[in-house]
Amino acid sequence: MTKTNDMNPVVIKNLKKSYENIEAVNGVSFEVYPEEIFGLIGPDGAGKTTLMRILVSLIDSDEGDVFFKGKSVKENVKFVRSKIGYMPQRFSLYPDLTVNENLRFFGDLFKVPAEEQADRMRKLYEFSKLEPFRNRRADALSGGMKQKLALSSMLMHQPEVIVLDEPTFGVDPVSRSEFWDILKKLRDNGTSILVSTAYMDEAGLCDRVALMFGGKILAQGKPGQLLKNFEESLYLIETDRVYETFKKLENLKIFSEFNLFGDGIHIVDNENRGEQEIIHLLNKNSVDYKSVVSIEACLEDLFLKLIPESDD
Amino acid sequence: MNKILYSIVIKEFKHIFRDSQTLVIVLLMPLVMLFLFGYAITLEMRNIDIAVIDYSKTPQSRRFIENILATDFFKVKHTDISLNRVEQLFFERKAICAAVIPGDFAKNLYKNKRANIQLIIDASDPNAANYIKNYFNQISMMYNSEINLQFGRLFSVEPRIFYNPDLKSDYFFVPGLIAVIVLLISALLTSIAIVREKETGSIEQILVSPVKPVQIIIGKVIPYTVLAFAISVSILLFGYFWFNVPLEGSILLLLGSLILYIVTGLSLGLIVSTVTDSQQVAMMATLLLTILPTIMLSGFIFPVKSMPTVFQYVSLIIPATHFLEIIRGIMLKGNTFFDLKIQLGYLAAISILLIALSVKKFSTKLE
Amino acid sequence: MSQSEYAVYVENLSRCFGSFKAVSDVSFKVKSGEIFGFLGANGAGKTTTIRMLCGLLMPSSGNAVIAGYNVFTDAEKIKHNIGYMAQRFSLYEDLTVKENIEFYGGVYGLSRKQIKIKTEELLDYLKLWDHADKLTLSLPLGWKQRIALSTALLHDPGIIFLDEPTSGVDPESRRNFWTLIYQLSGKGKTIFVTTHYMDEAGFCNRLSIMKDGKIIELDQPKVLKRKYNANSMQKVFMSVIKGKKT
Repeated sequence: MTKTNDMNPVVIKNLKKSYENIEAVNGVSFEVYPEEIFGLIGPDGAGKTTLMRILVSLIDSDEGDVFFKGKSVKENVKFVRSKIGYMPQRFSLYPDLTVNENLRFFGDLFKVPAEEQADRMRKLYEFSKLEPFRNRRADALSGGMKQKLALSSMLMHQPEVIVLDEPTFGVDPVSRSEFWDILKKLRDNGTSILVSTAYMDEAGLCDRVALMFGGKILAQGKPGQLLKNFEESLYLIETDRVYETFKKLENLKIFSEFNLFGDGIHIVDNENRGEQEIIHLLNKNSVDYKSVVSIEACLEDLFLKLIPESDD
Repeated sequence: MNKILYSIVIKEFKHIFRDSQTLVIVLLMPLVMLFLFGYAITLEMRNIDIAVIDYSKTPQSRRFIENILATDFFKVKHTDISLNRVEQLFFERKAICAAVIPGDFAKNLYKNKRANIQLIIDASDPNAANYIKNYFNQISMMYNSEINLQFGRLFSVEPRIFYNPDLKSDYFFVPGLIAVIVLLISALLTSIAIVREKETGSIEQILVSPVKPVQIIIGKVIPYTVLAFAISVSILLFGYFWFNVPLEGSILLLLGSLILYIVTGLSLGLIVSTVTDSQQVAMMATLLLTILPTIMLSGFIFPVKSMPTVFQYVSLIIPATHFLEIIRGIMLKGNTFFDLKIQLGYLAAISILLIALSVKKFSTKLE
Repeated sequence: MSQSEYAVYVENLSRCFGSFKAVSDVSFKVKSGEIFGFLGANGAGKTTTIRMLCGLLMPSSGNAVIAGYNVFTDAEKIKHNIGYMAQRFSLYEDLTVKENIEFYGGVYGLSRKQIKIKTEELLDYLKLWDHADKLTLSLPLGWKQRIALSTALLHDPGIIFLDEPTSGVDPESRRNFWTLIYQLSGKGKTIFVTTHYMDEAGFCNRLSIMKDGKIIELDQPKVLKRKYNANSMQKVFMSVIKGKKT
C-alpha cells in the first residue's frame, strides 16, 4: 500500500461508532487517493452507511479520526460540506419538481451563480443524457434516470470529492453499467469518488475496494491484487442438478469449502488435491456432475472465504 | 373467518400499544383540552378595563360608579380624565370601554326626564363589545330599579335559566369535547393506520392473502372503536366528577349514541385512507374533513342558528351537529330516545351512508 | 398438458395504465416444481405482471391460470394457493418474530393449534428460538428475509412469488436462501422469482427477460449463454436488453 499521505482527499483512521449495543463501525481505517474510485463493498448492515455519514459530518464518531483534505472533519464541518458531494441511499430528489428545477435548486443551495448554473447544467445534461427530459417531473423518471439526476444534482456545486451510498441499489444491470460509465468519466476529470455497493460484481469497476462485513474491513486493495491473495485453487463443478449435487457434497464432507454459484458449485481446494484427484473423489462417491473446470476466483469467492463463520 | 378477524384485531392492538409516542399524545390530548376549555377558555368576560369620566360629580353619579365597581365584570382603571383622552386609552390598550356621565345626570334624574350615560366601546373585538354592552345594560337596569323604587313600584325582569342554571361553560364544553376527541381518534388514527401499511408495503402481503376487504376493515376498526370509546368514557367520568357536569338522562342511551358516532368517524377515516397514499396527506385530509367542521360548524362553540342559512344546511351533514344535540340533550336536559329521534335518525343515516361508501371504496386490488 | 396442469399458465396477458401499456401480450408456462426467473430492466413490467398473477391487479386482456384457477374468475381461490414475498419484506417491525408468524398464520385462517405447531416448526427450522420474542426491527436483513419467506409459506402454498428477495443481503445469507429455494422446489413447489443479481439468475431452471412490457427471451440459463455466446448471465442480459446478438 502507498504511504499515508495526510493530504489525501479522505483519510480514515481506526474509526468506531456504536448504537446502543450494536457496533456499526468497529475499527475501520482506509484512504481514498486523489482521482480514484474507492469502493466499499458489503451487504446491508456492514456499516457502510454509518461510515459515510461520519465522513460527510452528519454524525459524530465515537473514536478514531476522519480527515478530509488534511482537515479534521469534526472541526471543519462547513468546509467539508462545501467541498463534498453526498448522495444518500434514498435519493434526495424532489419528486414533484422537474429535472431542471431539481438541478437549479441544488445549484441555489450551494450558492452557484445563475450564469454559472446554466453552464454546468449544460455539461451535466451532456453526460447524463437527461436533456430531453428536462421538463419532466422527477417522479416520472425511470429508476436509472432518477439515479443520474440525483448524481447530477449533487454535482451542481462541483465537489472535489463525492460520496455515494449504494447508488445502484435496486437498479437493473443495464442502467447500472451506464451509471458506472459516468462515474469513470468523473474520475477521469479529476473527481475522487467513494462509493458503496452490495453488488459484488461492481467491485471490479472500482480502482480500489474495501470488503466490509460486520463493521470491519475484511480486506482492501486493488481488486486484481486482492484476488491474488486467493491462493487456493478453485474448481467449478458444472451439473444439471445443482442442488442435489450440492446436498451430496454437504453429506459427504470430503471438501472443506464449497459454495453454490449461479454457474454451478465452486470448490476451494484447501487440501491441495488438484483437478485429477477431485474428479477421482467425485467419481468414487458417485457424485452427479458434468464437468470439473479450474477457474479464477472472483470477489464473491473471496468474500465468502473471508466472512467469519457465523452460527447461522 | 373469525380467526382472521381476531388476528388482525390483535395485531392492530399491538401496533397501538407499541407506538408509545402516539398513544401518549392520544391519551394526554383530551386531558389537556379538557383543562384548557374548563379553566382557561371561557366565554364570559371578567375584569374589563373601563374608564369612567364623571362630569356630574354628584352622589347619584357616585352611586352609579359604585354599582359598576360592585360587579366583577368591570375594573375601573381611569377616572377624572378628559373625554379626548379616551381614544388614546383605547389605542394604548389601557381600557376597552369608557362610561361618560354627563354634568346634568343628577338633575335629569330628579326632574324625571331622560337621563343619559354614554358608553364608548372599543369594538375591534366585536364579540367582546357585545358582552360589554350587555353587562353595562344589566348594571344600568339595576341602577334604574334602585332609583325607581324610591318613586314607586316598577316591573323587573327576573330570568330563570334552565338546564345550566349557573351558565357554566364546562357544561357546554365537556360534551363538545367528547364530540371532537372521538372524531379525532376514530377518523384520524384509522386513516393513518391503513395508509401506513400502504407506505411500508405490508398491505400488499395482506391483500394477496384470502382476507376479505370487510375483514380488514372491521379488524382495523375494532381496536380504534375500543380506544375511542374508552377515552370518551374517561372524559365523561372526568367531566362528571371533576367539573360536576350533570348526567340527567339515560347513560345507556348516551353510550349507544356514542358508539353510533364513533362508527361515523371510523368510516370517514376509512374513506380518507382509500383515496390517500401518504400519512401526511391522510392526516391533513382527515383534519379538513372532520376536525375543522366539527369545531367550526357543528355548534360546538358557535351556535348553528346564528350561521348564514347555507352553513346551517351544511351543518346538517356534519355528524357532530347531531351528536352534540344528542349528548347535550341527554346530559343536560335528560332527553329520552323519543325526544332525540330526529337527531339520532340523522346520525344513523350519515353513518350508514359512510360505511357503505367506505366498504365500496376499499377494494382488495392495488389500483 | 392442459392449462390447469401448469402451475402458471399465461397467454397474451396485457395490462394498460391509461394509454401506457405496462405489460403487452405476455405468454409463458411454468411447470410444478420449476424455479422460474423473471428478469428485466426497471420499469419493464415485471412487478405489474407479478401483481396480476397474484390477483392484486386485474389484467386488461389475455388469460392467466394460476394453480388451476383463472385470475379473472377465481382470484380468491388463487390467494389460498400462492405465497407472496414482496420486494421490501413486509414484516411488521414493531411486532416480534413470533407475533409476525402468528399474525400471518391468522390471516390465512389457520387454527390456533395449527399456528402453534407451525410457529414452533419454523422457529426450529430458522434456528430463531433465541430471538422469537425480539422485535423484527432489530434483526439482520438476512434473517428478516428468511422469516418473510417462512411467513409466506405458512399456509403451504403450491406456488411462491418472490419479488427481489435477496436485495442487499450478504453473499452467505443469499446462498442459504437459495438452498431453501431448492429444497422447496424439490418438494414440488413452484418458485417464481425476480432478481437484479445476474449471478443468481443462473440458479433458475428457466429464465425470461422482459423489456418494454414484452418477454423477449425465455429459456434455460445455459441455452441463453450459448445463444449469446456469453460466459455470464450478466453479459446475456446486457446483450438481450441492448438488442445485440453476438
